[in-house]
Amino acid sequence: MTEELQNDPANSRWESGPTVGRSIKKSGVRWGEFAIKSWLASCSFISIVTTVAIVFLLVRETLKFFESVSPGDFFFGTTWTPLFQPSAFGVLPLVWGTMIVTIGAAIIAIPTGLASAIYLSEYAPDKVRRTIKPVLELLAGIPTVVYGYFALTFVTPALRNIFPDIQVFNALSASIVVGIMVLPMIATMSDNALRAVPISLRQGAYALGATSYEVTTRVVVPAGLSGVMASFLLAISRAIGETMAVSLAAGQTPNMSLSMFESIQTMTSYIVQVSLGDTPSGGVAYQTLFAVATLLFAITLVINIISQLILNRFREVYD
Amino acid sequence: MSQVSDPSLVVQKLQMHKKSALELRNVNIFYTDNKAVNDVSFNIRRNKITAIIGPSGCGKSTLLRSLNRMNDFVEGARVEGELIFGEENLYSNDVDAVEVRRRIGMVFQKPNPFPKSIYNNIAWGPLINGYQDSTDELVERSLKQAALWDEVKDRLHESALNLSGGQQQRLCIARALAMEPEVLLMDEPCSALDPISTSRIEDLLFELKSRYTIVIVTHNMQQAARISDYTAFMEMGDLIEFNVTKKIFTRPAMKRTEEYVTGRFG
Repeated sequence: MTEELQNDPANSRWESGPTVGRSIKKSGVRWGEFAIKSWLASCSFISIVTTVAIVFLLVRETLKFFESVSPGDFFFGTTWTPLFQPSAFGVLPLVWGTMIVTIGAAIIAIPTGLASAIYLSEYAPDKVRRTIKPVLELLAGIPTVVYGYFALTFVTPALRNIFPDIQVFNALSASIVVGIMVLPMIATMSDNALRAVPISLRQGAYALGATSYEVTTRVVVPAGLSGVMASFLLAISRAIGETMAVSLAAGQTPNMSLSMFESIQTMTSYIVQVSLGDTPSGGVAYQTLFAVATLLFAITLVINIISQLILNRFREVYD
Repeated sequence: MSQVSDPSLVVQKLQMHKKSALELRNVNIFYTDNKAVNDVSFNIRRNKITAIIGPSGCGKSTLLRSLNRMNDFVEGARVEGELIFGEENLYSNDVDAVEVRRRIGMVFQKPNPFPKSIYNNIAWGPLINGYQDSTDELVERSLKQAALWDEVKDRLHESALNLSGGQQQRLCIARALAMEPEVLLMDEPCSALDPISTSRIEDLLFELKSRYTIVIVTHNMQQAARISDYTAFMEMGDLIEFNVTKKIFTRPAMKRTEEYVTGRFG
């Protein structure tokens, strides 16, 4: 009786009729499924195509650039005056400018970021952590041009109180704001890495009569070290690629000076300068844009790959 | 039967034996507002194995963790009553919890070796606590005590994470022994292990008891019956019965105990 009821199409609760006795062969293509799959695939394809196209363009223009300037002059020259006569194409002053801003930022951000991460993951009560973490993430969302403006209007005048002969545009204030900018990244990523260290390891250490400080510095940080290192490298890569803040804060003077009080120019701010200026397209001066961009891309790519390798090693340990 | 039907009488009787490593007097443990352990009193005899058994959630692990102040790290946990270790109450204000954990070691449910070499897993605790003698000897001695030396002596500097689960747990025991604790607390140390590793650890506990006082929490009644000298049976935070293991498993005073150990519930 119940079987009869189930087999009666009028009593079926399924849209496609009773299931009993129906063929299990394919009844046609599911077009909706196919359409969604194709749309998702084409979206992901677009980003890959764009990336490949950018790299292709960069390399092609860079090769053209090296037809007029020898790689030796470019990589080892110490004068960068591509936009006026006598033109010189030594990229080292730009690399130098990028380097001192990055190193300065790292000196500020790495110890502070790591200390905040340790505080957040090991010492802060849950309530404090739940307040600080969103604030840090908010800090990471501030547009970088705001940091540049902050450097010009606040950091440099403040520095002038301490160092009266500091220039309006200077590497030090750029380092400071870039350091502040990447600090949340180090703090939140390192905090995540430290919190991924299993509680059981901490308990094991405490049960051996370790103090909180010993547990943190000798068990938790070493165990989470690869994640912490990866956060440092990603922050450095971000500092190298940082553009607006350093353009505003450090100025546009290619310079190999050791002094942090002078204006310098980074690779990125050179790109801004040329892009915004009236350099005619097609000439060697224009092609320098691509050569510098390729170099920048290569440097950050290498750092990102290294940090990925470090992160992968980190994942292996606890899975 | 009637003279032992009251568990407090049993407790009184046992308190007359001297040489307790730890004395629990009216211990209550709370998690914020929930009472997890209710007015528990018994003595833990030196150089004996004391098992704490009972169904899940009866408070046995909570009680164990209170014995070396590991509950300090649980937010909202509070311990009342007295836990006497030597002359001191473990929870009095002038007691240093770090020092307590140096003297009362712990082995956890899941093996938790540090991601360091086998050697450094053992040497770590003694080194941070200012051990001055040769760590080579200490490592060898501890691994031998934990019956692991022969299996790892040729790869002391390899990562401890490459060991099997049973070997890792014996490493954790060796690591605790390296601190030369007076009491060793074990929180279901075999629950993550296969039967062969389990019996190896049980054999090991027999050998260790000549030098250490051992308190073991276990789900496994056969294990408690096999290895322990004294057994405490807990249910819903109450200590139902505490007695010599043989008595608990053959002639328990309380009906609940009998039902539990014969497998009628739990």
